[in-house]
Amino acid sequence: MSPHGPSDVPLLQIQALGKSVPGGRVLFRGLDLQLCAGEMVAITGESGVGKSTLLNLIAGLDLADAGDIRIDGVSLSALDDDSRTRVRRDRIGFVFQAFHILPHLTLAQNVALPLVLQHAPAATALARASEMLAAVGLGGRDGDAPRQLSGGELQRVAIARALSHRPGLILADEPTGNLDPETAARVLDLFERQVRDAGAAAILVTHSDVAAAAADRVLTLTPQGLVPRYAT
Amino acid sequence: MRPEKVSRAAAGWMVAGEWRAHPSRVITAALAIAVGVALGFAVHLVNASALNEFSQALRTVNGDADLQVRARTPLGFPEAAYPRAARLPGVSAASPGVELAAVVGRTGGVTLIGLDVLRAAAVTPALLARPAGGQAAPGADVFDPDLIRLSPAALDASGARLGGLVEVSAAGHVARFTVAGVLEDVPEGRKIATIDIAAAQARFGQLGRLQRIDLKLAPGADPAQVAEALAAVLPADAEVASSETAVRRTDSLSRAYRVNLEMLGLVALLTGAFLVYSAQSLSVARRRPQFALLRVLGAPRRALLAQVLVEGLIVGAAGAGAGLALGLGLAEAALRLLGGDLGGGYFGDRRPALVFAPGAAAVFFGLGLAAALAGSLLPARAAARAPAAVALKTAGDVAEPPSASGAWWAAALLAAGAAAAFAPAIGGVSVMGYVSIGLVLGGGVAAMPWLARLLLGPLQRRALPWPAADLALKRLWGAPGQGALALCGIVASTSLMIAMAVMVTSFRGSVEDWLDQILPADLYLRVEGGGGFDPDLQARLAAVPGVQAVHFRRTTTLSLAVDQPPLALIAADIDRADPARDLPLIGQPHTTAPGATPVWVSEPAAWIYRLKPGQTLRLPIGPTGGAETTVAGIWRDYSRQYGAVTLATRDYVRLTGDRLRTEAAVTLAPGVAPETTVEALRAALPSPLRDRVTIIRPRQLRAVALAIFDRSFAVTYLLEAIAIIVGLAGVAATFAAQTLARTKEFGMLRHVGVLKRQIVVMLAAEGAILGAVGAVAGVVLGFAMSQVLIHVVNPQSFHWTMQTRTPWGLFVGVSAALVAASAGAALAAGRRALSADAVRAVREDW
Repeated sequence: MSPHGPSDVPLLQIQALGKSVPGGRVLFRGLDLQLCAGEMVAITGESGVGKSTLLNLIAGLDLADAGDIRIDGVSLSALDDDSRTRVRRDRIGFVFQAFHILPHLTLAQNVALPLVLQHAPAATALARASEMLAAVGLGGRDGDAPRQLSGGELQRVAIARALSHRPGLILADEPTGNLDPETAARVLDLFERQVRDAGAAAILVTHSDVAAAAADRVLTLTPQGLVPRYAT
Repeated sequence: MRPEKVSRAAAGWMVAGEWRAHPSRVITAALAIAVGVALGFAVHLVNASALNEFSQALRTVNGDADLQVRARTPLGFPEAAYPRAARLPGVSAASPGVELAAVVGRTGGVTLIGLDVLRAAAVTPALLARPAGGQAAPGADVFDPDLIRLSPAALDASGARLGGLVEVSAAGHVARFTVAGVLEDVPEGRKIATIDIAAAQARFGQLGRLQRIDLKLAPGADPAQVAEALAAVLPADAEVASSETAVRRTDSLSRAYRVNLEMLGLVALLTGAFLVYSAQSLSVARRRPQFALLRVLGAPRRALLAQVLVEGLIVGAAGAGAGLALGLGLAEAALRLLGGDLGGGYFGDRRPALVFAPGAAAVFFGLGLAAALAGSLLPARAAARAPAAVALKTAGDVAEPPSASGAWWAAALLAAGAAAAFAPAIGGVSVMGYVSIGLVLGGGVAAMPWLARLLLGPLQRRALPWPAADLALKRLWGAPGQGALALCGIVASTSLMIAMAVMVTSFRGSVEDWLDQILPADLYLRVEGGGGFDPDLQARLAAVPGVQAVHFRRTTTLSLAVDQPPLALIAADIDRADPARDLPLIGQPHTTAPGATPVWVSEPAAWIYRLKPGQTLRLPIGPTGGAETTVAGIWRDYSRQYGAVTLATRDYVRLTGDRLRTEAAVTLAPGVAPETTVEALRAALPSPLRDRVTIIRPRQLRAVALAIFDRSFAVTYLLEAIAIIVGLAGVAATFAAQTLARTKEFGMLRHVGVLKRQIVVMLAAEGAILGAVGAVAGVVLGFAMSQVLIHVVNPQSFHWTMQTRTPWGLFVGVSAALVAASAGAALAAGRRALSADAVRAVREDW
């Protein structure tokens, strides 16, 4: 997928989305969201309101009870599991609070993983990984093992991985949640730069005001859907 | 849309990375497969090498004979059968022969064959001597009736030398011959002697009788047609055999024993499969977040399934390859040390050469792969099916659902196992019996989580006063499946060990009881190597001072089916009105009609030939070569696996005229010292016979019989011990893997104030509780499987029944050992839990 610059064409369209949890509790209902390429949106909310669930629905890891999610015009609810997996693999990148860097692979292999899963030749994938590691300030450390890195460095690797295959959409779940404030600020800055340089869109789920401030829009998730933060 | 191919690069990185990080897990699993393949392959190679050697020996001795006429008993058949056979259309050459069991010089167990040299040259040239070293013995003349030729083994064992005199005893007659040559072409270890046929008939009481006719057919003759024509002209005391029936008979000799050993070899492989399952399951559980990440990044479910299966395949290939190499070495060692029958006593003392079987190697390699793949399949499916979103948030242990899932699988397997136990034998081997055991084992292991919850439930509902033990109990209650995985391999091998132990204990106990029943006398005499006690000698023995009573018996052989080994024909003093007094009867005897000749068949004979009381049985003895008898009862016999037929002495004499006796049971007068009477009995024996008569007391006979029993099970015990060791190694490895996954849990416990020693107690308690659950499962499962062995496998394969005896002491001992071993393994594996790394792990990324 070629990188896009800021655009008015919605990359992500969510309409009337509804989801309940086992036991019947309704997380949200009638949720709408549109996201264009190049845009960064922060989603905040109380613990347990369903922020991570919303990300899982957008990623195609879970199915909604109602409504529709379209990525690049493709409706996820119309796809089977394998097809949703392909969409996720080709069009979405992920950054997690817990980093989730595989301990038994080198840094370069971790970053190259999305490309290799797309059947890119290993040499090509590793070359791109090397490029991305340099971009996040870890150039020359391709062969290092994850256990040699600090938390902040691991999150940089995660950011490099999320962008190595040039996805149109980045989903970040509390990317600075495990970092001290100084490191968090540096990582956040790097994340924002890389996403914008790639022309991708990003959804950032966070409790941090500092992280939210980096976004173009800040929305709060409530049972009634997404509302602008500070709306009365 | 077509399914996508799996990314090989990604799979390769993941597999290689995992193995670099946890090599011991891979090595343990591969070792388990290697041991299983090695044992199964070694047993198979030994069996194949022994049979190959036996068959080759048979072919060498039978030479170019296409068909063979054989006597059904050692008494032979009328020689008038020879011209009838020789003149049949399709027969190009016929060689008549006398064949007797003989003692030559100082060795018994020699097959003495009387040949017509000119006829034998065309059909069985291996039985003609070549002069040793190119030199003939002085005075050698192929037709000289005073000359004998010996095989190398017979020459060595007899103490004779080329050109010297040697005494030969057979069929109650003794004669001297000059050793004139060596039968160089007879296979190593076979003791064979040949003399002129006329000399054999004249000197050993075989005038007018033959025991064999070897036939060579004309080119183009159909062996089946000729055999049919031959059978029509032969008397009832002769049968027609071909090389195929000879091989089938050879195969029958030890088929059940070999199959049993091969099944036991496969048992070790089954244990290996369980270990792979256990190791892979724990590995998948530990890597759940990794697999979840791969799913999030876009790997299809298929990729995860393939990765775990490929891991299993590589472990299986490595293990199977190592197993084949190890198996070759084991087979070579076993053939040298134990012989071709691994102690079963079927092939004598021969040490056959190892014959490598590439086909069998491929099969066992495939079995090793299959075992590893089978052990990886369920974990692979679990990895592929786990919901990614949930697994990403949960690292290490998870609580399992309140109800034990998969319990219905266990019930289905157990039910199928029970059903299989009722299936009949296939080809004379209890194949479905072994299948039943496998299904019951699988069902029992699958039921472990349910059993764990059942046993721990009452305890779990209370809070134990010891926090550490309470923590252990709560954890096991929450994840009984994880616990069951740890014990999978050891429960499999323990239950198999218990099953074998109960069966062997029951068998041994039944044999001991049977020995008490059949050895009521004070002394027993037996003639070895041919000949026996004639009527005069019988009278002298009965008159020896101190002897209150003597009962004489005649034991010989007879053939009822050409492709079955001969069974024993026993003539004994049986009270027809009360046969249970003389025989260990099973069930009620059948009263025969007046004038009928009753016989009592042994339990194996009844199974093999499908005989029931009241049935007519035609024996190949008597003036016409065929005597009609009536089965009057079935008696228990653990000493003759191919069966025995007993008839009253007077009926035997009436039918055969044979008055020689081969055994005697002596009852002493009260107060007489056995040692004194033994000396007197030996003094009453004529000198040619004295060295060939064994005089033995019942307790010695009993000890010999039980020693043979124990020897035949020696390999079984060895295989069991290896299975237990492999299982224990698996327990240690899986505890280690589980503990690794719980490092953060231990760190958290240390953070909240749990003392190191409390964690030690907790781990030991977990291990002990698991060991106790495993012991209960192993003993219950093992006992169930033992019933299949006792009441299905043994009767169908070996044709004998026995009463169950329960070794309670063994159950308690094994249970205690298992609890101790599991606690120790858990403790050893948990050393990491007490390290500073555990505390730091709470703060780290996984």
